[in-house]
Amino acid sequence: MTALWWAVIFSGLYHGINPGMGWPLAVSAALMERKHVAMAKAIAALAFGHFLAMTAILLPFSLMLFLVEWARDIRIGAGLLVIAMGIYLLINRKHPRFLARVHPSRLALWSFLAAMAHGAGLMLVPIFLGICSIGNNDTGHQAAQILMTGNFVTALVVATVHTMAMTLAGGLIAILIYLWLGLKFLSKTWFNLDLVWALSLVIVGLFGVYAAYVGH
Amino acid sequence: MNLRPDPTFHATAKLAMQAPVETFGFTVMLSPDGTQSDGIAVIDLNPISDTYGQIVHQVIVPNIGDEFHHFGWNACSSSLSPLSGHAFLERRYLIVPGIRSSRIYIIDVKDPLKAKIHKTIEPEELFAKTGYSRPHTIHCGPEGIYVSTLGGGGKDGTDGPPGIFIMDCETFEIIGQYEMDRGPQDKHYDFWWNLPQDYMVSSEWGLPPQFENGIVAEDLLSNKYGHSIHFWDLRARKNIQTIDLGKNHQMALEIRPAHDPTKSYGFCGVVVDTTNLQGAIFTWWRDDNGKWQAKKTITIDPVPADPDDLPDLLKGFSAVPPLVTDIDLSLDDKYLYVACWGLGEMHQYDVSDPMNPKLAGKVELGGIVAHHKHPNGKDFAFGPQMVEISRDGKRVYWTNSLYSTWDDQFYPNDEGGQMVMANVGENGGLTLDKDFYVDFPKGLRAHQIRLEGGDCSTDSFCYPSV
Repeated sequence: MTALWWAVIFSGLYHGINPGMGWPLAVSAALMERKHVAMAKAIAALAFGHFLAMTAILLPFSLMLFLVEWARDIRIGAGLLVIAMGIYLLINRKHPRFLARVHPSRLALWSFLAAMAHGAGLMLVPIFLGICSIGNNDTGHQAAQILMTGNFVTALVVATVHTMAMTLAGGLIAILIYLWLGLKFLSKTWFNLDLVWALSLVIVGLFGVYAAYVGH
Repeated sequence: MNLRPDPTFHATAKLAMQAPVETFGFTVMLSPDGTQSDGIAVIDLNPISDTYGQIVHQVIVPNIGDEFHHFGWNACSSSLSPLSGHAFLERRYLIVPGIRSSRIYIIDVKDPLKAKIHKTIEPEELFAKTGYSRPHTIHCGPEGIYVSTLGGGGKDGTDGPPGIFIMDCETFEIIGQYEMDRGPQDKHYDFWWNLPQDYMVSSEWGLPPQFENGIVAEDLLSNKYGHSIHFWDLRARKNIQTIDLGKNHQMALEIRPAHDPTKSYGFCGVVVDTTNLQGAIFTWWRDDNGKWQAKKTITIDPVPADPDDLPDLLKGFSAVPPLVTDIDLSLDDKYLYVACWGLGEMHQYDVSDPMNPKLAGKVELGGIVAHHKHPNGKDFAFGPQMVEISRDGKRVYWTNSLYSTWDDQFYPNDEGGQMVMANVGENGGLTLDKDFYVDFPKGLRAHQIRLEGGDCSTDSFCYPSV
């Protein structure tokens, strides 16, 4: 259980350091407006968009868990879906072009779309389902109503904790570059995470399928 | 695809100025009469090299009659846009369009000395996918490579307005037209933008029948060439405002926005004012209400001349017009270089205050009547034309041909392609370098120059220079 919550936090930190999730936008906002507060606003908007993307993926799964007898199949299906997304990103290495069509001031929308396009929410699904599964086992056979509410709340908590970790990591990099390191470090710290990211999805998906089989 | 951003991508113009200096240049070579193939000359710009100032490699294309003019990179500092999150393209390919054939060559210059053709896009594909013809200015930006065109469909390029199309920056597939709402825009020439502020500015030359067989004097005197600049909502692909500079301001060509993206101004060069033959620079800016404005901030006077010394086209005026055919802005937004192709002069203006430019330096070379010689004693055909500035702002390179048929009208007795370089003084001022003079192979003329690793009319910066 604790390990899974650490995975939620770790995935948040991991999403946060990925420039594809938006920290360079926070640097740019602060520099363009020449105000510290612009960075805070940008980070908040990015966090909000990311949170929405997480809940948009997690909530439907939390509702599906209402079908208790299908729980294992749902977990296996979800794992396969995450693996499929990873493989898709491995094969299709082209960048989602529509992200460039978003107006630079609509950061929350951008963050939401970026997270969706990269399958950031999907990466959390197997972890989330694992947490729900353990939680449900612990509480025994409760009424479906209570179970569903419990899963719903868990989804929101997972999304919140993940987004907080993501904001912390991304915000820290943005602030460091803005206040101390300078823009030279922008291109220096920018690593191509495409491959690692796609592989992460595959690994998390495999973990989901495995965990469903062994029954955790 | 790299693991790290290309080292020639810079977050700010200031960082680009501090980067290592250029060691190679790429210059268009064109056959004015279509009897030879056009090509790209690779020029050694490393002063400590034995072949400094020489053409060290040529990429000659297999077709004839392309007429190369402008060209550009597949990727630049715009890849560091915070909106993309993927800065891993390589600055490796030059996109070289033929404005007469509408054919586009993608040239791989990863190793400049072994540069070669990577892909050719045939004109039919361009016509079918965009409805445009005569591709011209290249900029790498959001969603891919943007290419402006001078012609619409049909044989003479007047079937529908010209515009911009987008090309994939990795596969070089043509994606399609850019515009969703072009408003009154019906001619095209140059364009550039400010990516964080999300605007684009475009300009107008004339339609293909007005330039392909030479300048049409009646059209010029009746003010039928382009004289408007258009402002666009870049991502909404919509023309939001058109400013008419005045009918007499014929041929609004190069658009040079300030490189620092916090600034909302730039410049546009006008070839000739038909009321007095002056050349002009307009400064355009966005006012406090968000409206775009433009004001003439530089005028260059014509010089009286004996009709016997003038080509037929100009005999009736007894004067040489300056003919402002190209402008370029240094990366620190400090100096604007203005080519006066008719007079045979290159001007350097201090534009620290963009509303009050001050002449800071000047070089005389070539010219319709003046025929100024190069300090090395050699002739310079035509006049100073396509100008490119080194990233650090210390060296200014230029060539001499404007456009095949126009060269022949304004300079009926000149022939040849040359590229020269001038050094910029500590506090401004411009001096021709006696030892830099590239003479192009016989029968070929020279047009746009691109510098290895980017230059002052290529890269779009996404972060302010602070």
